[in-house]
Amino acid sequence: MINIYEVAETNEMIEKENLDVRTITLGISLLDCIDADLKLLNEKIYHKVYEAAKNLVATGDYISAEYGIPVVNKRISVTPVALIGGAACRTPEDFVSIAQTLDKAAHEVGVNFIGGYSALVSKGMTAADEMLIRSIPQALAATERVCSSVNVGSTRTGINMDAVRLMGEVILQTAQATKDADSLGCAKLVVFCNAPDDNPFMAGAFHGVTEADKIINVGVSGPGVVKTALEKVRGENFEILCETIKKTAFKVTRVGQLVAKEASRRLGVPFGIVDLSLAPTPAVGDSVAEILCEIGLEHAGAPGTTAALALLNDNVKKGGVMASSYVGGLSGAFIPVSEDQGMIDAVTAGALTLEKLEAMTCVCSVGLDMIAIPGDTRATTISGIIADEMAIGMVNQKTTAVRLIPVIGKGVGETVEFGGLLGHAPIMPVNRFGCDAFISRGGRIPAPIHSFKN
Amino acid sequence: MKKTIITVVGRDTVGIIAKVCTYLADNQINILDISQTIVQGYFNMMMVVDTNQTGKDFGVMAKELEQLGEGIGVIIKCQKEEIFDQMHRI
Repeated sequence: MINIYEVAETNEMIEKENLDVRTITLGISLLDCIDADLKLLNEKIYHKVYEAAKNLVATGDYISAEYGIPVVNKRISVTPVALIGGAACRTPEDFVSIAQTLDKAAHEVGVNFIGGYSALVSKGMTAADEMLIRSIPQALAATERVCSSVNVGSTRTGINMDAVRLMGEVILQTAQATKDADSLGCAKLVVFCNAPDDNPFMAGAFHGVTEADKIINVGVSGPGVVKTALEKVRGENFEILCETIKKTAFKVTRVGQLVAKEASRRLGVPFGIVDLSLAPTPAVGDSVAEILCEIGLEHAGAPGTTAALALLNDNVKKGGVMASSYVGGLSGAFIPVSEDQGMIDAVTAGALTLEKLEAMTCVCSVGLDMIAIPGDTRATTISGIIADEMAIGMVNQKTTAVRLIPVIGKGVGETVEFGGLLGHAPIMPVNRFGCDAFISRGGRIPAPIHSFKN
Repeated sequence: MKKTIITVVGRDTVGIIAKVCTYLADNQINILDISQTIVQGYFNMMMVVDTNQTGKDFGVMAKELEQLGEGIGVIIKCQKEEIFDQMHRI
C-alpha cells in the first residue's frame, strides 16, 4: 500500500514544485464538415466543435478535483483549416470567417485556445493553402483564441522556400495587424518543420489527417519537479544526474498518463498520446533554464548549455517513454524565452543570444520559441531565420519551429509584456546582415540524402 | 474497492484525528489505514479510506473536509488513490 512518504512526495511536487497537467487537448477532425457553401461549412464546424467539446472543461476540472492535480488548460485542435475551407473559400476573408467560427466555439465551450488554423505546405502550396496563409494576419487580429501554424518543411520533402519567404512577410503583417497589443498575434503563430499530427501544445497544435475522428492528447509539465530533484544530487557525476532526471520524468509522466486515460474514459474519446515535454511557465520555479543552472551553468546560454540541454532532453524521454503506453507530440524540453523566467534572466544578463538559442534547438524539442525581436526587422531576415531553423529540423529528422514576435514600434533594450502564460520578454538583437538574394531565389530545397530510406 | 487518500497537514492541536474520524463515520466512510508523523511541530497524517458506502459525491466530500480543516487550522486534502499508485508503483 502507498505510504505516507510517497503521498507527501507527490503532494509536495504539486504544491511546491508546480507539477501540473499543462493541457488536455481534444483533437477534432473537421473533414466531415467540408462543404462548398461557406455558410453551411461554418455552421457544421461550429456544431461539430461544440458538440465534441461541450463537456471538456467540466471534465478537466472534475479530474483535477479528484486527483488533486491542477489541469491548467483545456484546449482543442482541429484539422488544418486549409484542407477544410478549400472548397468553400474564394478569398482570404472567407477563411477569416472560419477563424471567427472557431473562436466563437472556443468561447462557448470555455477552452482558452483552439489550434488548427493551419496549412501543411512542406512541398507545395495549393491555392487554398496560400489563401489561408495570406489570411493569417487578419484572422489572428480578428480572433482571440485561435492559433495558427504552417508546416513549411520535412525530412521527407525538403523545405518549401516559397512558403518560407511568404511566412517572413506574414509574420511581419501579423505583428502589424496586432501592434496595439505588442504584436501579440505572432505569439499565436508557429512555423514548423516536421510538425507532429498529435501535438497537444499551443500554438502549434492541429489535428492531423492521420488521426481518428476525435482524440485526447495530454501535455504534462514539471520543470520545477526536475529542478528540485536535481538539487539533491549537486556535485554528483553524470550517471547519477541522468538517472535522477529519468526517474523524475517517469513520475511526472505517469500523472499525465493517468489524467489522459481518465479524460478519455469520461469523454468517451480515445486516448491518443502523452506529450513528455517539460513546458515552463513564467512562474518562478517552473523554468527549464533553472534546471540548466542546477546542472551546473551560471546562466542558460553559457558554454555547456547545449550539452546540458541534450542530456536533459534525452533523459526526460527515456524516463517518460516507460511511463506512458503512447507518447508523441513534441516530447522534449521547451525553451521558450518569454515563457520561462530563467531564460528571460539569461537574456537580460547578456548570457543568451539568438544564435545560442538556435544551437540549443538542435538538441531539444521545438525551436526558436517566443522570442521578441525588433519591429523593424526585415521580412527576408525573418525568413532567413526560419530557413535556418527548418534546415536543422530537416537534417536532424526532428520537429523544429519558429515563433518570433517582431514587436512593432519597439527595439533592442525594451521589453514586451504578453501576460499570463505567454509571459514577458526583453527584445533580442537580430543579425543585421542581409539574406535577400538567398530568400528571393524561390522554389524548394530538396530533401536530404538520408531521407531516402525506402 | 474505490480507495481515497486523505491527507491532513498543519500545526498539531488536540482533536484533529477525532474531528476527521467523526466526519468519516457520519458519512459511512470506512478507514482502512492511518499513518501519522509530527515533523517540527507540524502534524502530518495520511488516511486510506474506502468510499464505496458513502452516498456523497467526491467533490462535495472533498469540499466539506477542506472546510472542516479550515475550522481547526489544518489543510485537509482528498485525492483518489490512483495518482499515488501510478506515480510510485510500476
